[in-house]
Amino acid sequence: MAEPHGSTAADLTKGAAGAGTGTATALLEVQGLSASYGPVRALDGVSLRAEAGRITAVLGANGAGKTTLLRTVSGLVRPTAGRVVLDGEDITRAPVEAMVHKGMAHVPEGRGVIAELTVDENLRVGSLFRGKVGRDEFDRVYDLFPRIAERRDNPAHTLSGGERQMLVVGRALLARPRILLLDEPSLGLAPRIVAQIFGLVRQLVDTEGLSVLLVEQNARSALSVADTGVVLNLGRVVVTDDARTLAADEDLRHAYLGF
Amino acid sequence: MEEFLSLTLGGVVSGSVYAAFALALVLIWRSTRIVNFAQGSMAAATTFIAVAVIDSGQSYWVGLVVALLAGLVLGAVIERVVIRPVEGGPELNAVIVTLGLFIAIQGAVALIFGVDQRAFVPPFSNIGYEVREGFTLLSLSPNTIWTVGAVLVTMVLLIALFRFTRLGLAMRASAFGQEVARLLGVRVGRMLTLGWALAALVGALAGMLIAGDVSFISPNFMDQLIVFGFVAAVLGGLDSPIGAVVGGLLLGLALSYVRGYLDDSLLGMAALVILVVVLLVRPGGLFSTTPARRA
Amino acid sequence: MSDLQTPAGAPGAASDDAPSTATAAANASSAAAGGGGRSFLPKTTLLRHLLVLALCAVGAVLLLEGTERSTNDQISRIAFYAIAAGGLTLLTGLNGQISLGHGALMAVGAYTTALLLDVEDGEPLPLAVIFLIAVAITAVVGALVGVAAARLHGPYLAGATLALAVGVPGLTLYFSDTLGGEQGINVRAPRAPDWFVDAIEAISGERGQGTKWLAYIAVVSLLITYFLLANLMRSRIGRTWRAVRDQEVAAELAGISLGSWRVLAFVVSAAAAGLAGAVLAIVVRLTAPGSFLPVLSLSLLTAIVIGGLGSLFGALLGSILLVFLPEWARDFGLEVLDMESAQASQAAFVIYGLLLVATMLFAPAGLVGTVRLALLRRRAARAAARADGG
Repeated sequence: MAEPHGSTAADLTKGAAGAGTGTATALLEVQGLSASYGPVRALDGVSLRAEAGRITAVLGANGAGKTTLLRTVSGLVRPTAGRVVLDGEDITRAPVEAMVHKGMAHVPEGRGVIAELTVDENLRVGSLFRGKVGRDEFDRVYDLFPRIAERRDNPAHTLSGGERQMLVVGRALLARPRILLLDEPSLGLAPRIVAQIFGLVRQLVDTEGLSVLLVEQNARSALSVADTGVVLNLGRVVVTDDARTLAADEDLRHAYLGF
Repeated sequence: MEEFLSLTLGGVVSGSVYAAFALALVLIWRSTRIVNFAQGSMAAATTFIAVAVIDSGQSYWVGLVVALLAGLVLGAVIERVVIRPVEGGPELNAVIVTLGLFIAIQGAVALIFGVDQRAFVPPFSNIGYEVREGFTLLSLSPNTIWTVGAVLVTMVLLIALFRFTRLGLAMRASAFGQEVARLLGVRVGRMLTLGWALAALVGALAGMLIAGDVSFISPNFMDQLIVFGFVAAVLGGLDSPIGAVVGGLLLGLALSYVRGYLDDSLLGMAALVILVVVLLVRPGGLFSTTPARRA
Repeated sequence: MSDLQTPAGAPGAASDDAPSTATAAANASSAAAGGGGRSFLPKTTLLRHLLVLALCAVGAVLLLEGTERSTNDQISRIAFYAIAAGGLTLLTGLNGQISLGHGALMAVGAYTTALLLDVEDGEPLPLAVIFLIAVAITAVVGALVGVAAARLHGPYLAGATLALAVGVPGLTLYFSDTLGGEQGINVRAPRAPDWFVDAIEAISGERGQGTKWLAYIAVVSLLITYFLLANLMRSRIGRTWRAVRDQEVAAELAGISLGSWRVLAFVVSAAAAGLAGAVLAIVVRLTAPGSFLPVLSLSLLTAIVIGGLGSLFGALLGSILLVFLPEWARDFGLEVLDMESAQASQAAFVIYGLLLVATMLFAPAGLVGTVRLALLRRRAARAAARADGG
């Protein structure tokens, strides 16, 4: 859990939290969020904004609190302090099941396909809460991901890692979210597949106005696709800035992003 | 040959009831990883309620509907009140809770309805058909046809529910991927409650059918059936509804031959032997292709 | 002796969280023993247990001589429940294996005793020998069950042993020529030897026959069993069982064969059940399948869970409940609710079941475990306060 480069944190505070958030309206706003697992404090007063129609990437080493951040935002983990505001509405205490109704779809770490269900059934679970959904919406997802279209009647456990990631992103899209929370989509995938999936996410953001809060350990890929980057270390925000600025900051990259 | 035929048919009949009971256990196991040892007592309770209704002058069918509804309610209440707190906790705690329910419900049934055996009149005749001159097939009677038919219809309805409805999909998603289902807006808690309620309904049906088969009920008349249902479910892998049905039929046949060629009193031991052999040789069930999942 | 796996073992870890696992009592008991704050007791475990044994023996004589015949009989029944529950709490509490088959194992011990006492002509074997044979045979059966059980866990083990509990009574019907079928075997209660009658005469002036002699047999059996079990639980063997329960992987890596240790626990536990059955046979003077239904096993489970898994004292407390609760329930049903006696005694099972559920939901460590944890917590809090002050 220890942060290997933690000692260099002192000289990297130039882009303190708050920079780069600009004046654009935030779709999702996290204010001073703290959360603990028993005695272990996983989040310590994290604030960030995810703007509409943009990709906000949360970066940091293993154990920095990235996954906990997403889980707290979507209500899986109860915060000890702070607020989560979605489009002006305080959703801090809303039940997990209600988040998707409010326009937030969270794709958890480890891809979260339901292995016992078929590909098509997995997609249908994504649209369950909306009642009856036209076949054309499914066809659109299959058009985006032709590889899973071929396997729509196979059980999901037969899919490869990349196909699973496509399936869960497609499933989240069927929930018609305003903001998509993606947890480590690149985990264990070949670089080519990662590029393909990130490219697709970018395309959705640009053409459909989707907003994305992306959590990634693979900072290089994430920053190449994101608009804004937030670096997390030991449960705190170290720096928030424009993605390109962050990618260009060699010291920061060495200290926290590992590339 | 004629005896063999009769025993085989009889095995299919009792096997279909074991299958229903095993199915009820599987429904609960796959969604909550809990074996509901109280299911026998619960089914005994609903059957006694039905008998009380029938004794008050109502028809068997009214009694059956009341039993099924009572099962539905009992299952839902139990899940909500005492199972929810131990879900996902240490497995020994959950086992002990269901055993506590086992003994409490059985005691309550005896306390309310008395400890004596009671006659149970099946809805149709238990007299076997005479298939040809001088040969009556004991195990083929209007009542056994009703028994097998009721189980078949229930299974078809369950399959339809799970395969073709949105509710069924939500239940399956809750069973296999609790967290994902919640994130996608499925009310997982409700689905688990509904799963217990449905399982208890199927258990209640099995109780009514077995009562019609043996014609007598007492507060502990389901003790054997909970074991048979468990053995059948384990035969099928405990995870698979289809496996539970096949396991139930196989166990029904095996026990029918034991009953016919050895003795009635050895049924329990035979079930034990089958269970132990399966658990030691194929812990994942007869049809598992992957190594046993040992949670 | 000190075993730091207990939830409240380290002062810093002592919190208000209730222990969530049922076996917490077993952990707490080991921690209490490791506390070593009671200097008036001998240092070594064996000496301490011998002292407790002697005190209990004196207490038992006083109790048996100070009470009426009917109470003597109740004490006998507490004794056989407690012997079986002691074995079961070792298995479930220390080794983490549940068994619903202990009622069936008791049946093995009881039927063995009944058959050995039932000789056509001449004297039967000495009672001690009969008891030893009953224990040995049950231990062998226990080993067979244990070999299968060692590879099972949780619900699978519960289901398999429940199958045993349901299956065994059927055997008594199948072999009804020898085992007496549904009616069972009337047991010829052994007669008290002259020295015992004389001794009782000298102590209290009462007649040492019948119930009294049986009560002494029962209590002596209980004391011996608990003395042996207590030493076993505190020994290296007991610690290994705990390791097998809590640290499966680590234990295996340390070269401990999980399977054989589990089988050993089952054998020891079964031996206790066999002795309990033997005592039951002579105390009740009847062995019949109706006495060994699954509900007996569930009652034993109730005793150890309520008392606190892994605690012999808890098992004894639970067994006391098993004897007195049905009587209270029956009296209450008869007098207050105007019920039939057979029906009213069923209320006890309702209470057992509700107690089992309530214990799991609110105090999984049971009576003894919860009290011990509370004491440990207080001691830890005081130690912490002292540390802060100094």
